[in-house]
Amino acid sequence: MKNIIETKDVNVFYDTNHVLKDITMDIKEHSVTAFIGPSGCGKSTFIRCLNRMNDYIESFSMKGQVLIDGKDIYKKKVRVEELRQKVGMVFQKPNPFPKSIFENVAYGLHIQGETDKQLIAERVEKSLHRSALWKEVKDILHKSALSLSGGQQQRLCIARTLAVKPSVILMDEPASALDPISTAKIEELILELKQHYTIVIVTHNMQQASRISDRTAFFYMGDLIEYDKTKDIFTNPKKKETENYISGRFG
Amino acid sequence: MKLKRTAEKVIESGLALSGLITLLTTLGIIWVLVTESIGFFSEVSIVDFLFDTQWTPLFTQKHYGILPLLSGTFLTTSIAILVAVPLGVIIAVYLSEYAPYKFRITVKPLLELLAAVPTVVYGFFALTVVTPFLQSFIPGVSTFNALSAGLVMGIMIIPMISSLSEDALQALPKSLREASFGMGATRFQTAFKVAVPAASSGIIVSVILAIARAIGETMVVAMAAGQQPQLTLDPREGVETITAYIVQVSLGDVPHGSLAYKTIFAAGITLFAFTFLLNNISYWLKKKYQEKYE
Repeated sequence: MKNIIETKDVNVFYDTNHVLKDITMDIKEHSVTAFIGPSGCGKSTFIRCLNRMNDYIESFSMKGQVLIDGKDIYKKKVRVEELRQKVGMVFQKPNPFPKSIFENVAYGLHIQGETDKQLIAERVEKSLHRSALWKEVKDILHKSALSLSGGQQQRLCIARTLAVKPSVILMDEPASALDPISTAKIEELILELKQHYTIVIVTHNMQQASRISDRTAFFYMGDLIEYDKTKDIFTNPKKKETENYISGRFG
Repeated sequence: MKLKRTAEKVIESGLALSGLITLLTTLGIIWVLVTESIGFFSEVSIVDFLFDTQWTPLFTQKHYGILPLLSGTFLTTSIAILVAVPLGVIIAVYLSEYAPYKFRITVKPLLELLAAVPTVVYGFFALTVVTPFLQSFIPGVSTFNALSAGLVMGIMIIPMISSLSEDALQALPKSLREASFGMGATRFQTAFKVAVPAASSGIIVSVILAIARAIGETMVVAMAAGQQPQLTLDPREGVETITAYIVQVSLGDVPHGSLAYKTIFAAGITLFAFTFLLNNISYWLKKKYQEKYE
């Protein structure tokens, strides 16, 4: 499998605060990669570097390269709008728009200027199928998305992301605001989505990382301490810090 | 310990009293408006009041039709709103969705200064600067005209709309914008397809409050729009608003208790009905809006 994401010596600063140090990492296509580590270790900042969501933070600055399909996404001529259609994102708290369920999923197509109603309707249905929400919402597509439960809202947000046909989906603690049953559904979904998409997920939950990911990266104080096959990280960590963290001695 | 409890009691009743005073003042105003208007309507039929097209209580040939005053108020208010809504909303969107943080916190208070300028200054500005300017390129503009008064009043209420709308936009959760940006939306799409619709009830509230303010505004219209009640929608003409009429009579030599004197209460209660209605609509919308985002 080829590498879809490659980062080279990524350093991130908030003003003078050095929050990520020389992160170099390859992520393979159609795999699930988990980022773990204690709060403030830089894992969320790093995942947001992969689709330039940090651009809106005024104190943010970055050195190094992030390559997606071999292209440096921080080059001046790159259009961030196109980048984010390719590298979609699901956030920590479900954040549907205060619009109807249908409109939420159709939003990405609308902003691309798509007007073919049939194409939009088909894509909405397909995306909702893929996010395992279709059965629950097929009769209430025109109700407000805010009337759904938290877990349903998060699957709606995933459907919304799928509708623009990304190749990579970034998930920043997508289940941390959900109950165990909804979490299980999201995890199941991630394993299915893996066939079609590359998934990068930040999680606080180590069991979750071990259940769903192929590779795991452990971050600590802005450093990438260890990055390996998930099985190796959890059964045979090479670094002391990793071992301490996964055995629950800190964090 | 006992002293402390007594102090608490005193403070509590002091607070209750201040609340009561404002309530009583409002009730007092309504009472005066209603009783004086009853006196008026016992002499003038309500049909004449609502449908007669002339308002001439101070002339020998007396007519008591409120329509000319209403049309004057409607005309100046509409012009003001046409100026203030687009500008106010655009400013709010710019400040909230585009401007860097430092720029926003510097410019917003400066904009709000516009609201601190005494209205008599605006009136003077309309009469001596804006009207001659309008006359220089629009034929047929009278010395007193609705257009000049409306334009200046519009500028005056911009900060009301921009400031309240900006608050409404800022109250939206950051995650909403992130969701939109994360899907590849531009700033413009995020602002107008997500943020503005999501904050629409707050923006509408600001517009309604601005309308109520424009309807109740007195000084600018009394100085720049004139004192000729006429039923017209031509903005170049002089018109008289309800408020300007009340000023005219209050300052004039109309004897207390006369029918002419009572007209200002009839005009006043009409004005009150409108602003009361608008305030209630905005209150209702605000409540609905708060439920949604808590």
